[in-house]
Amino acid sequence: MAERIYVFKRFERFWHWSQAGLIMFLMLTAFDIHGTYTIFGFEKAVNYHTMAAWSLVGLWVFAIFWHFTTGEWKQYIPTTEKVVAMARYYLFGIFRNAPHPFRLTQLRKHNPLQRLAYLGVLLFIGPLIWISGWLYLFYADWPAWGLTGLQLEWVATGHTIGAFLMLAFLIAHVYLTTAGHTPLAHIKAMVTGWEEVDD
Amino acid sequence: MRIANQLATIVAAFFLAAAVPAIAEPASAKLLKSTADHGKFKVLNQEFASGPEVTKACLSCHTEAAKQIHQTQHWKWEFVNPQTKQVLGKKHIVNNFCTSVASNEAACNSCHIGYGWRNDKFDFSVEENVDCLVCHDHTGKYKKPSGFAGMPVTRDTEFPPGSGKIVKGINLQEIAQKVGPTTRNTCGSCHFNGGGGDGVKHGDLDSSLEAPGRDLDVHMDAKGLNFSCATCHKTDVHQVPGSRYAPTARDKAPAHMRGEGDKSNPATCQACHGQAPHKAARLNGHTAKLACQTCHIPAFARGGQPTKMFWDWSTAGKLGPDGKPMVTKDDDGYDSYMTIKGDFVWKENVKPEYVWFNGTVKYTLRGDKIEKGDKPTAINSFEGSPTDGKSMIWPIKMFRGKQQYDPVNKTLVITHLAGNDDTAFWKNLNWEKAVATGMASANAPFSGKVDFIETYSIWPITHMVAPKEKALACSECHSKSGRLAGIQGIYLPARDGNKLVDTVGWSMVLLTLLGVFGHAVLRIVASRKH
Repeated sequence: MAERIYVFKRFERFWHWSQAGLIMFLMLTAFDIHGTYTIFGFEKAVNYHTMAAWSLVGLWVFAIFWHFTTGEWKQYIPTTEKVVAMARYYLFGIFRNAPHPFRLTQLRKHNPLQRLAYLGVLLFIGPLIWISGWLYLFYADWPAWGLTGLQLEWVATGHTIGAFLMLAFLIAHVYLTTAGHTPLAHIKAMVTGWEEVDD
Repeated sequence: MRIANQLATIVAAFFLAAAVPAIAEPASAKLLKSTADHGKFKVLNQEFASGPEVTKACLSCHTEAAKQIHQTQHWKWEFVNPQTKQVLGKKHIVNNFCTSVASNEAACNSCHIGYGWRNDKFDFSVEENVDCLVCHDHTGKYKKPSGFAGMPVTRDTEFPPGSGKIVKGINLQEIAQKVGPTTRNTCGSCHFNGGGGDGVKHGDLDSSLEAPGRDLDVHMDAKGLNFSCATCHKTDVHQVPGSRYAPTARDKAPAHMRGEGDKSNPATCQACHGQAPHKAARLNGHTAKLACQTCHIPAFARGGQPTKMFWDWSTAGKLGPDGKPMVTKDDDGYDSYMTIKGDFVWKENVKPEYVWFNGTVKYTLRGDKIEKGDKPTAINSFEGSPTDGKSMIWPIKMFRGKQQYDPVNKTLVITHLAGNDDTAFWKNLNWEKAVATGMASANAPFSGKVDFIETYSIWPITHMVAPKEKALACSECHSKSGRLAGIQGIYLPARDGNKLVDTVGWSMVLLTLLGVFGHAVLRIVASRKH
């Protein structure tokens, strides 16, 4: 018998899906700007990328506020408990229909590997993209800010590295959503808020 | 009560205003802009037999004008570059069009703002030798035919003598009575025809600018802003600023303000538009490295008149089947071969080339050693680099050619081209004789041998500014093989990227995809077993 737990609140789901949409759109325009392909063309891609970036900034302002006021930020505190078990599960257990080593609750809705991965995104990929992106955006103001020694090439390269890391994360993340107790369980949870867990 | 009074006053005022006719009506719609009608001056109401006679009349009122002109580059055809100290100017340089003025003065100097510069004996101190009309004519009838050393022809004259060709005389009285400020036509009468014909030399200056539309030049647009040349080349004491010999490559000063006595070049874009002319900060950021012209002049020779892009003197001299000098035309009807000049290539709507330029132009002068090798000789070279802190990326016309030189002394040469004598190349087609006369005219050494050497000259592109909606699209440069493909020293998004980051990045993405795919396959296989 499966039990249903309400894990993702309305704002959280809104935040997740708008962020997902924005990030994918940012990816799409990013590699257009990078010269990898032409979909919108450079000018439009830059404008759309900038608009999407500012939208994401706005979204993050709300998300950060929400995380701190609700205490949900604690969901990202890393833990060593069951990390190995989770890794073993993804590497072996999942093929043998072994039981999932982690049982989520409202207070611990991310498994230990998720916590680590999201924290990595938050603490490394995020800042890398945001800082390089803002510098990129305000290139015209560097002289006024006294950033005379900074090279656009470094900033652009940093931003590109961030983009690749984010893309790799995105692929793994999307795939692992299918690793619930049914392939669509996690996705359903992110849509409805309710996750089914085995007794 | 008070309010009622005020209301009554306002209503009364309204009716009064309606009853009294407006007084600001102009007295006459045909009022002259100028405060002087030159047609009313007695001194101009006479028949003039020659140009200097007109000048004498002009100077009777404009007493200091000739003294001012005598100080100018337009008069001296000489310019000492303050940085390089090179002595430049038409009088001295050798270019790769008709190569040099010396020994060809009677022809070339129809574009001198003076009368009678026929040879090196010309007296530059005579005030009456200044030609006022060539710059101030408003009739469009003033002409200084080639061969007359800058003199207008006032009586029908057979020229060259014995040729049967008649040069029509013009009426200087009418022209003198209608003088006014310089116009695009007066400046253009020479500057549109540099290199010996319409559009030949500059690429961004040709007769299409006499009455350009908005698309061709947003400032000179005849139906719009209608700038004259002097609107930007704002002239004081007859000194026209904005010389190509020492251009302002980078102007970091604010827009000029009236009365401020700013001595910097008033002809730069920034002199009016300042440092942040765009609404978008991102575009203003571009002004750190790009000359305005780079984006705002998408192509030159856009007005329907092509410009010469290539000139090969080495093929000159071939006679037609009738044993006479010949002319071959290209598909558009422009000369592609002339016996007296060699081969040409004309082009329209030319995308400029782009270079880092810091304002310093170095010339290869007549006495400088040149070497025939793999690379063409630079008639002039634009100095600049991405790192000198003074350079901007500029659009240029690169004019390539092959021209006569002295292979023994290894120098550029002066060639006597025009003239009705037995050494002029255009009459005799003999290089050795023509160069010998040319070099002798400048007391320059000549070995007696003539060979041909590849050369190029660079012309900054700064006119034919398109309206903003026709400025370059971002992707013209921001792409793998865009206009700035050859420009070093900048990180250009979409063109540049770190190869290692790209390789590692895509490999990582691919490996992630493979990993995910493999994992999924294993899961599917495993689930079937259970």
